[in-house]
Amino acid sequence: MDDLITIDRLTKNYGKVEAVKELDLKVRRGEIFGFLGPNGAGKTTTMRVMTTLTKPNSGRVSIDGLDVVKEGERVKELIGVVQQHLSLDRDLSIRENMVLHARLHRMRSTERENRIRELIEYAGLSEHADKMVDVLSGGMKKRATIMCALLHRPQLLFLDEPTVGLDAQTRRRMWDLVRRLNSDGTTIFLTTHYIEEAQALCDRVGIIDHGRLIALGSPLELRQKLGMVAVEMQGDNNGTRYQYFSDRAGATRFVQDIASQDQTIIIRESNLEDVFVELTGQKVGDA
Amino acid sequence: MSNAITDIYSVLWPELRFLRRHWLSILATSLVSPVLYLVAFGYGLGNNLTVEGVSYIAFIIPGIVALTSMTVSFGGAAMKLNVDRLYYKSFDEFLMSPISHSSIVVGKALLGVVRGLLSCGAIIVMGVFISPQLIIDPLFILSLLVSCLAFSFFGVFAALVVNSHQSMSTFNSLVMLPMTFLCGTFFALSQVPEAVRMVLYVLPLTQSSECIRSAALGEHFPWISLIALVGFGAIFYFASMYKLKKSSI
Repeated sequence: MDDLITIDRLTKNYGKVEAVKELDLKVRRGEIFGFLGPNGAGKTTTMRVMTTLTKPNSGRVSIDGLDVVKEGERVKELIGVVQQHLSLDRDLSIRENMVLHARLHRMRSTERENRIRELIEYAGLSEHADKMVDVLSGGMKKRATIMCALLHRPQLLFLDEPTVGLDAQTRRRMWDLVRRLNSDGTTIFLTTHYIEEAQALCDRVGIIDHGRLIALGSPLELRQKLGMVAVEMQGDNNGTRYQYFSDRAGATRFVQDIASQDQTIIIRESNLEDVFVELTGQKVGDA
Repeated sequence: MSNAITDIYSVLWPELRFLRRHWLSILATSLVSPVLYLVAFGYGLGNNLTVEGVSYIAFIIPGIVALTSMTVSFGGAAMKLNVDRLYYKSFDEFLMSPISHSSIVVGKALLGVVRGLLSCGAIIVMGVFISPQLIIDPLFILSLLVSCLAFSFFGVFAALVVNSHQSMSTFNSLVMLPMTFLCGTFFALSQVPEAVRMVLYVLPLTQSSECIRSAALGEHFPWISLIALVGFGAIFYFASMYKLKKSSI
């Protein structure tokens, strides 16, 4: 599998603050890649550089071999971007928003009409296509935003917190949509605060903290590095403590050694959130 | 070239859709101030006055047209762009599309021009009815067009520079409001001291008022003012381009 995104020693400063420090990262063509990190870790800045919204101070970012700074216009034809906030024009209907996006990507009118019809059906929005944006539910708005980003058939789709603010059922439907897009050949780069979302969707995950990449691998690989079994010790005056073990036998032996009536001890499988907490020192919800 | 024109139209397209749906309320809102100025200054204060040999009402109408070209074009270009950039963030969609920064700047400015021409057109119709001696010739139209374009580029630049809605309001109070009353809209600049006049000539609304009034009253046309107005527009266009190029790719 070849690399679609290559980030080489990327640095971006805002005044004296170093938002991203000599970041190196490669994202493979065809994968769903999750980019995790606490607030202020550099996720958004990295994404803004990749999507041509911000110029880097140094380093190089290329998408499909094209430099985002020197060949920005061609890069923009390869990428679709769904931002965390709703970027639809509220004064227009869903169909009109799609027409606007198609126009901005210079699609010809016949191709434009066919593609819009196809995507409206794909997203299950046929009954709502001519409604104004503000009367739609959050899930519909998000689906419409994703369809706008897909109009020009991008190879790479950036999803910034795609399910934030959505209820559990809508979130699951959104996950199905993301998987379907990926199986149709679109590489997905997503950031999320929902750790179970990264675990459920992503082939690989990168964790960034203080502007540097501190972990990279599949959710399983990252869990294996930490330990597949977690021991959670609650009720201690120091709050809940965690210990990680490569297998359940080791965890059980540990629990027998420290058994105390003052503590509630849980043995469970580790998860990506454990990896995140251990590496960054904070829970994802706090990030 | 045809690509650029298509791109500019694409940027303008959503605004035209909005305008088509809400043209009446937009027009009515933008006419409140000029009509109040016309009534309060034209009829209230200056009913029997003459200025530079013409009735005050005939003198003031071209000034109000110039003023409307400034406020409506500036506001039309600046307000939506400011909200789209800072609040809805939907301006990012334009920046992430393959169309050029110049098409984005011109397209966004043309919204101000369209709104400015719409409002000024209504004032002109009223003005000709009130004061039939006003001349609406190609020079008048050219001056109005250049004025709308210059202030629209000014609006785009302001919307790209300010970083909060509060700053936009402050900008309006500190820059636009003084120009409204000082730039020869309601009085002849020959009445103010030489030093003050020199300062006022640096402001774009002064040049706009001079051009539009001279054309409307059939006076000697101040070509230098028209060139200055074109210069202001060019400065605001290039400043907007610089701001965009400095921050995004």
